[in-house]
Amino acid sequence: MSRDDILSVENLAMRFGGIVAVNDLSFTARRGQITALIGPNGAGKTTVFNCITGFYKPSAGTIRLRNNDTEMRLEKLNDFRISKIAKVARTFQNIRLFPGMTALENLMVAQHNTLMRASGFTFLGLFGVPSYRAAEKAAIELARYWLDQIGLLARADDAAGELPYGDQRRLEIARAMCTAPALLCLDEPAAGLNARESAALSELLLKIRAEHGTSILLIEHDMSVVMEISDHIVVLDYGVKIADGSPQAIRDNPKVIAAYLGVDDDEVEAVEAELGL
Amino acid sequence: MDYFAQQLINGIVLGSIYGLIAIGYTMVYGIVGMINFAHGDIFMIGGFIALITFLILVSIGLTIVPVILLIVLLVSMAVTALYGWTIERIAYRPLRHSFRLAPMLSAIGMSFVLTNYSQVAQGARVKPVPPIITGGYTLHEGAEGFVVRLSNVQIIVVITTIVLLGIFTWLVAKTRLGRDMRACEQDQTMASLLGVDVDRTISMTFVIGAALAAVAGMMYLLYYGLVDFFMGFVAGIKAFTAAVLGGIGSLPGAMLGGLLIGLIETLWAAYFSTEYKDVAAFSILIVVLIFLPTGLLGRPEVEKV
Repeated sequence: MSRDDILSVENLAMRFGGIVAVNDLSFTARRGQITALIGPNGAGKTTVFNCITGFYKPSAGTIRLRNNDTEMRLEKLNDFRISKIAKVARTFQNIRLFPGMTALENLMVAQHNTLMRASGFTFLGLFGVPSYRAAEKAAIELARYWLDQIGLLARADDAAGELPYGDQRRLEIARAMCTAPALLCLDEPAAGLNARESAALSELLLKIRAEHGTSILLIEHDMSVVMEISDHIVVLDYGVKIADGSPQAIRDNPKVIAAYLGVDDDEVEAVEAELGL
Repeated sequence: MDYFAQQLINGIVLGSIYGLIAIGYTMVYGIVGMINFAHGDIFMIGGFIALITFLILVSIGLTIVPVILLIVLLVSMAVTALYGWTIERIAYRPLRHSFRLAPMLSAIGMSFVLTNYSQVAQGARVKPVPPIITGGYTLHEGAEGFVVRLSNVQIIVVITTIVLLGIFTWLVAKTRLGRDMRACEQDQTMASLLGVDVDRTISMTFVIGAALAAVAGMMYLLYYGLVDFFMGFVAGIKAFTAAVLGGIGSLPGAMLGGLLIGLIETLWAAYFSTEYKDVAAFSILIVVLIFLPTGLLGRPEVEKV
């Protein structure tokens, strides 16, 4: 694993009983870049995410995260430690905001770890110690900064569940950013967005990469988003990596085209033979 | 009219005690979706701890009443909170990912354990204490010689309840812990992904619920001047009823439900019959639930996507 890599997945396999969801998958995500994980439905993309974020214990393989010269094995962490120790944040295919809490409060919960330390593990916080008040104030500032970035500052005190769908999507990303992640994993952030909202999303992700240097790992079906913002694309099909490269290389890869158009394997081989691959 | 005013005062005092216990039920239900049937017994434990602390303080010769009350309050809150934490740790947490009924059965078991443990450790007899706080105010002297009285104990019970409720509402609405609790209530997986230690937050919920129940136990001791090992059962069921009546999961609902149950019970006993006061309280619960299934202030259950 080189210094430029933030995430390195090696020989990852995930089996559910007899079903092999992911098999012998290896790829890396580079620091400060946007890496997209694409593939047809059921290719195992979300399974990879679930392994990275501690939901599944992989059947085999290692997932290494390198941050500030320390290397961690993600498959050995779980639960809140993924966020606290490894600094990995994620979103889900479906929206998982806290609908009954305000937009601002959603972003405040994400700053739990910072505030936990400042509140002296609850007890000092109860008595309003000045250092805790300062930390709380800083947390509100950060939350407001992100609300401003996604254009929701005016709706800070509205319940998250009452915001329009596209706003909720962006609020989720802002919330993930409030955990100050080193690696941000987004599972289909553009799902259900219209063209204008997709464009706003692309802009937001590019801004996150440019201004915060956060490495992003992205699952996405919307190819316009993927091709526009990705630095690097990994293509999965039936749990196996079939291609890995720059957007341009992926666009022209016959195996990828075949996987998306649903051509038989022998036909792919025929095409490959024709192209001399 | 005087008689009614007096009963109203009595009802509010009783309702405050129910409300304090009901908050524990409603909080735990909100965050882990289970009914903590041992909560009534936590209230009873709180009463006993208050009694024991009081007797120790008196036997070492402390006589300043406000100091005694403050120490008794803090000690019983702390020790009972420890009970709450321990019960969650040993009886509920191991079963959290088991089938839905498992923690509830465990809670019923825990209720028996606490009742019988207190019976063995403290004896089966009712434990009286001499009145600690005496005196009061005469509000109105009626023509027929009926006197409306507000005793000092009643004032203390109501004021303590209001103050605690204020602190508690602030805690849930404004602090980090409160936000974490609400986040865990809505989506535990997501909360843990954002770095919130869900187990710890649930433990804190039990600790706070138990501390409030301890206050209720102490207020009960002050007001009625006695505790016994079985008092948690009926009080617990009434407080649970109050939580359901107000809308389980809703904090203001728990307090409102507590007050209503206290008032219904007192007024029924005053005007109709003492024997049927519990029947009246529960009948009204049933009627309310038929017309308002989510209780008075409860939110309708939101389907999780």
